[in-house]
This record gives sequence, C-alpha cells and structure tokens, in this order.
Amino acid sequence: MAENPVIEARNLTKQFGALIAVDGISFSVFAGDVFGFLGPNGAGKTTTMKMIQCVSPKTAGTLTVLGMDTITHPRTIKAELGILPQEVNLDTDLTCRENLVTYARYFDIPRIEAGKRADELLSFVQLREKRDVHIDKLSGGMKRRLLLARALINHPKILILDEPTIGLDPQGRHLIWEKLKALQAAGNTIVLTTHYLEEAERLCNRLVIMDGGKILVEGSPGELISRYVGSDVVEADNTPEAVSCLEELREKFDIHGDMVQVFTDRPREVAKRLFETCNPGRVMVRRGSLEDVFLKLTGRVLRD
Amino acid sequence: MTDRRDPDPGNNYILPRLSWSCLRVWQRNWDVFFKTYQVNFLPPFIEPLLYLVAIGFGLGLFIGEIDGIPYVKFIAPALLSISMMNTAFFECTYSSYVRMYYQKTFDAIVATPLSIDDVISGELLWGATRSFIYSSVMLLVFTLFGVVSLPSSLLVIPFSFLAGLLFACIAMCFTAITPSIDALNYPSFLFITPMFLFSGTFFPLSILPSLVQQLAIIFLPLTQLVIVTRSFTLADLSPLVPYSIAWIGIVTLIFFILSTCLMRRRLIV
Repeated sequence: MAENPVIEARNLTKQFGALIAVDGISFSVFAGDVFGFLGPNGAGKTTTMKMIQCVSPKTAGTLTVLGMDTITHPRTIKAELGILPQEVNLDTDLTCRENLVTYARYFDIPRIEAGKRADELLSFVQLREKRDVHIDKLSGGMKRRLLLARALINHPKILILDEPTIGLDPQGRHLIWEKLKALQAAGNTIVLTTHYLEEAERLCNRLVIMDGGKILVEGSPGELISRYVGSDVVEADNTPEAVSCLEELREKFDIHGDMVQVFTDRPREVAKRLFETCNPGRVMVRRGSLEDVFLKLTGRVLRD
Repeated sequence: MTDRRDPDPGNNYILPRLSWSCLRVWQRNWDVFFKTYQVNFLPPFIEPLLYLVAIGFGLGLFIGEIDGIPYVKFIAPALLSISMMNTAFFECTYSSYVRMYYQKTFDAIVATPLSIDDVISGELLWGATRSFIYSSVMLLVFTLFGVVSLPSSLLVIPFSFLAGLLFACIAMCFTAITPSIDALNYPSFLFITPMFLFSGTFFPLSILPSLVQQLAIIFLPLTQLVIVTRSFTLADLSPLVPYSIAWIGIVTLIFFILSTCLMRRRLIV
C-alpha cells in the first residue's frame, strides 16, 4: 500500500516489572481500516490500546499515530482520537447530555457547537429521550451507546474501541454493530479489541490474533479462515467407529471431548463417507469460522 | 508542531507542567457543585451559626475575654480558618478519591487532550475555590453578627483561596498514596483533628509550654491560617503575619509538586 499508515508499531513492547505484557509487536493500520485485536484474556490487547491512546508509556520500540510519536505528541494525538473504554467511566454526577457537553469542553469545542453535536449524537445512538436523565438510571446497553456517542464528540480521525459490546444483550450488540457499520461506511478508521469472534468476523477487514503479548497471525477474516481452517468443518460424535473411519479417509482431525472435528475443503465428501461407511451418530457440516482459527492458534486452555 | 514536553517523559518525578487546560477540570467540578447548590450552601450558613451560639456566646459567657478580646471575636477567625482547612482537605481527599477511584473521572479525562498534570492542578484549584466559597459565606454571617472588623476582614476572602490551596495540596498527597478510601481516616484523625484543637484556635497558644508553642508555629499549617485570619478580623496585625504567609506559600509549592509526582506514580502505568 502506497499511503502512510495512520497507526504504526514497530517492536512495540510494554513491561510491568517482570511481566512482559506486550512483547515486541509490529502492525500497521491504514485509513478506512476496521482493524481488530483478538486474543484471550491477558494477551496484551488492552495494554496495546492504552499505548495507542498515549495514556500508558511504551517500554521499547516505536509507536506513531497519525505520523506522530505517542510520547512526544500526546495532546495533538489525543485530540484526534475517539476512545470507547472497556470500563464504563461516564461522569455519574451529570446527565447524558451534560456528559457529552462537558466532554466536548475537554477538546476545546465551543459551547454552541458542543450542544449541537451532543444532540446529533444522542439521536445517532438512540438516546434522545434520555438526554436529561442521570447516568445511574441508564441500562448497560444505554451506557455503552452513550460511551460511543462520547467517543464521537470530537469528530475523531481514529476510533479506538476496547470491547465495544462487552456485557450487552443481543439487541444491544446488534445496535452497536449497526452504528459501527455506518461509521465504517462513512470512511472512519476503527481499531477495536474483542472477545466475540463473530463480532470481529462481521466488522473487521483486517485483524491480528494476539496471545502472550505476541501477534500470532495477521490478515482478513476470510484469509485467516482459509489459511488455518479450510473452507468448512465437519463435526461428528467422538465414537471409535468415527475415528477409525476418519483415519481410513486420511483426513486430519482433532478430538475435543465428545466431538471430532475435521477441517476440510471437501466437506460433502467427508460427511458422505462418514454416513456411508461407519455409524457416526450425529454429523454436522458448517462453514469454518474465526472461532476455529482462534481456538486452533491459542488452544483450549482456560485463561484468567 | 510539537507539544510542550519534558526531556524525560517516562520520569514521574519532574516539575508539574502547567497549562490552561486544568481550568476545564475546575469547570467540571464547579458545574457539579452548582447543580446541587441548595445542599452545598447550607453548611457554611449553618455551621458558623451553631458554633457562634454554642461556643462563642454560650461558653464565652463563662470565659469572658481573652487578651482583652471578647471570646466570640477570638474564635470567629479560628472558625473561618478551620473551615478553609476542612473544605479544601476533605474535597481533595474523599471527594477527589471518589472521582479518581470509583467514578473513573480522571481516566475519562486523560483520554482527551488533557494530561494527568492538568487533572491534578484542576482538582487543587477547585479545592481552593471551595474553601474560598465557604469562607466568603461564613464571613457574611459573621459580619451580620458583628463579630469581625471591617474592612480589614475582607482580606480573608482572597486569603481563603491561598489557604485552601495549601490544604488541597497536602490532601492530594494523601489521596495519591492511600490504599483505600477507609485509610483516608488516618490523616483526618491524626492530622486534622489535633490541629483543629492545638493551633491557637479555641485558646491562645501562649498558654501552652513554650516548646509546644514553637512546634505549633514552626510545623502546623492551621496555626499559620489562624494567625493571618485573626489579624484580619480583629484589624490588629500580628508581627507573625509575613512569616505565616511566606510559610504558606513555600509549603504549598512543595506539596503541589509532591502531589503531582505522587499522582503520576499512581496513575501512569
């Protein structure tokens, strides 16, 4: 790509005492990207976001946002970012609209303009009727939407979303996705972290999977699925017959508990043979997903 | 185009970088204060009334005069000084801690162009402003009761801002190092309460042993406030006033720098 990246990290490292939270990662985000950071808990995603936001100083490496160093130009960079934090940190002493107007003031947006933007954004996130309601009276979904509105108040060049739909019900999640799709269509650059692989698959055009502070892979969701999983997945009950059948078929397969998984580009053939030659119990064919890639790369061990 | 920066940005122990942006933080606290002004303006009206009646006129009846001054006029400046101390100190300990730790207001603000230094200096200015507001209201009540001299007492108004800033800066140091909100009770009981009694507030320092007297004059912040305020409300300048004002200025500066450094250490990770 000929254009300059809007965010560029080279060997970016963050250490907390003996713990290396981010271990020499490199990536580039370009204008118009929806760039995802995926990974289990403790992978270093949020730490990376905090370094991009200029609130956590890096230990080593280089990190530039909009061509500026995050250490030397925090004010100028932060003026161009819209931040949706993982933790709800709305101002509980204020109403919805006051939250937006007060936040706008931190960006030196004049009062009248701030009021105008606040009203527009409250409509955008469907909180217009709640404009004079105090924060403690809002549901979790409403708080997330208000956080999104707040992140947009300075018309940011880059949106940084840390777990934008965490803890939301399906309705709330779909509403946020819809809004993010609209922002993407309008040409915004979005960087997001998420645990929800479906979310990453829907929204991101490029993503990285992190684990243990390192980037394991980078690519578009489609690329990663075809590279690591193949187009389809056949799942069958874990019975000795099914396993011996698959061994005969010379298909590669994984066993997870009571299930056998075959990653394949010829799902019909595999399923047919399973049905015809052995007694497989249940068989299911589905398309490969980012979740398959994720579990394949980061394992199935529980993280805390 | 470069931001103002220091030579070693990773170092928490450098001088605070002041910018006008801190006024945005001050403004936020001001707005919230005046949203609930009915509650907030009650204490500075009620408190001095209670103390004046109970201690000034009640207890004062038995005491009569101290150094030729009616007791109620002796304690009026002490009550003003205590109010400056308390409003600033409790604003920048408990209230700041709630904003920092529970409400995550500081985190939200540093995600905007403002820095930690802006947040802390804004909070300190607000603590000082609150002292200024309370003292001004109290002074009005005292004036109506005729227990303070005019016009010299008007000097209490600007002085309350400086005095408030002193206690705001001291308070912010405790807030920066406290492990929990409960641990803030220690400075309240071990630092504020003894000072409340032994700073020449309700009886003159001169009746204490001379060593204790000297320690109070050298070390206790509230003593300085009482010396200055009493000089203003009695229209009788103590020779210690220049010393006390210089003391307040220097100690405020030291604790301002210290509080910013300690807060950076706590919040920048």
